[in-house]
Amino acid sequence: MESVAVAVWPRRTGLIVTAVAVVLAVMILVGVRQGLLLAVGLGFGLTLEGLRFGFAGPWRAMILRREPSGMYAHLLAIGLVAVVALPLIAARNGELAGALAPVGWAMIGGAFVFGIAMQVVLGCGSGTLVNVGSGNPVSFAALPFFAIGSFAGAYHLFWWTDLGSLPAVGVSGWSGVAATLAALAAVAVVLHRCGAAGQRRLHTRHLVAACLVSALALANLVVAGQPWGVVYGLGLWAAKGATALGADLSGSAFWSASESVARVNENVLLDVTSLTNIGIMLGAYLVASWRRGALASRVPNLPLRAWIATAVAGLLLGYSSRLAFGCNVGAFFSGISTGSLHGWVWFAAAFAGSMLGVQLRPRLGLEPRQ
Amino acid sequence: MTRRVPANLAMLMLVAMIVADYIASPPNPYQQPAIVALGSGASSAGGFCGSLPE
Repeated sequence: MESVAVAVWPRRTGLIVTAVAVVLAVMILVGVRQGLLLAVGLGFGLTLEGLRFGFAGPWRAMILRREPSGMYAHLLAIGLVAVVALPLIAARNGELAGALAPVGWAMIGGAFVFGIAMQVVLGCGSGTLVNVGSGNPVSFAALPFFAIGSFAGAYHLFWWTDLGSLPAVGVSGWSGVAATLAALAAVAVVLHRCGAAGQRRLHTRHLVAACLVSALALANLVVAGQPWGVVYGLGLWAAKGATALGADLSGSAFWSASESVARVNENVLLDVTSLTNIGIMLGAYLVASWRRGALASRVPNLPLRAWIATAVAGLLLGYSSRLAFGCNVGAFFSGISTGSLHGWVWFAAAFAGSMLGVQLRPRLGLEPRQ
Repeated sequence: MTRRVPANLAMLMLVAMIVADYIASPPNPYQQPAIVALGSGASSAGGFCGSLPE
């Protein structure tokens, strides 16, 4: 026992030193704000992987087993962020921005498709990044397609929004807090009534995760001036790759806009969502490396159709999340917690899609049929 | 194959992307925004999945 501890601690000390060194290197070579945002991303990765918390899993647990604990935690985390973020954004409008986006046909359809695809690969935006960091081969295969899909979705985004959308509307200030908390409570009551007997409580692990995620989301808002997001960064990585390979993006109203061109040309570590995305993957990798035996488990032997489904689902995750103005993080979590109506519509559409996605997953060979 | 392989490959690819991008477009650490956006007086200007470019 003692020899095992002697072998483990130098490795674990090395992991802590590596994480601190990476953050300090970014602070020195890029900027202090960028280093802080990487640290926030690391915190997300450590929390989500360390407490085995996410979005796709709790939705699946509610749909298949009527276990609402994880979804209670989502509502709690969103409520905690809303209580601080909504008055803060109202007081410092301009410096801080919410995740306000319009509701439209493409947005609703995109959220529905995203809900299907995230249950097929069992990972949303943040979940896919966490799973990649912890060595999940399905997410590892899905991530490049997710990035390409996000890039392509942004490429065509204005065509889709022209199909019809309402102006971006939402709530703000203390009245917004009251409305958001009332709506979250109403959803919690529905979940409680739909939950299986004996499963209607919030587990401690989920409670701790909700508190940590909300604190990190607020740190993201205060440091970056914008809420936590994921999919923009992934599309930017693909756009950078396409440009490096000589692609001409001038045919896209999105990618040819001056601010998009500037972001494609500047360093990836200056992009807010890229920094937190990198941090999430690194944080999850650190947790998986820390846990004894976590990276030693064998990857499943999946049939070819499962890998094809993973690639298609990855593309759909990326494409649909751009049409939907975000994933579980950018639209559901950040949208609702900063008062955007589209976050609620996204929730309803994506949950409906998830109900279909959990049925598709075994048929596509990604898990044994019941 | 164990999960160590995709996990390590992902980290290698991430490092390769960051290094390649750093060489292609090095940032200037002497041109930094305020450490924290709150209280900086500057407008929020980062890319976000919920916003469209002007």
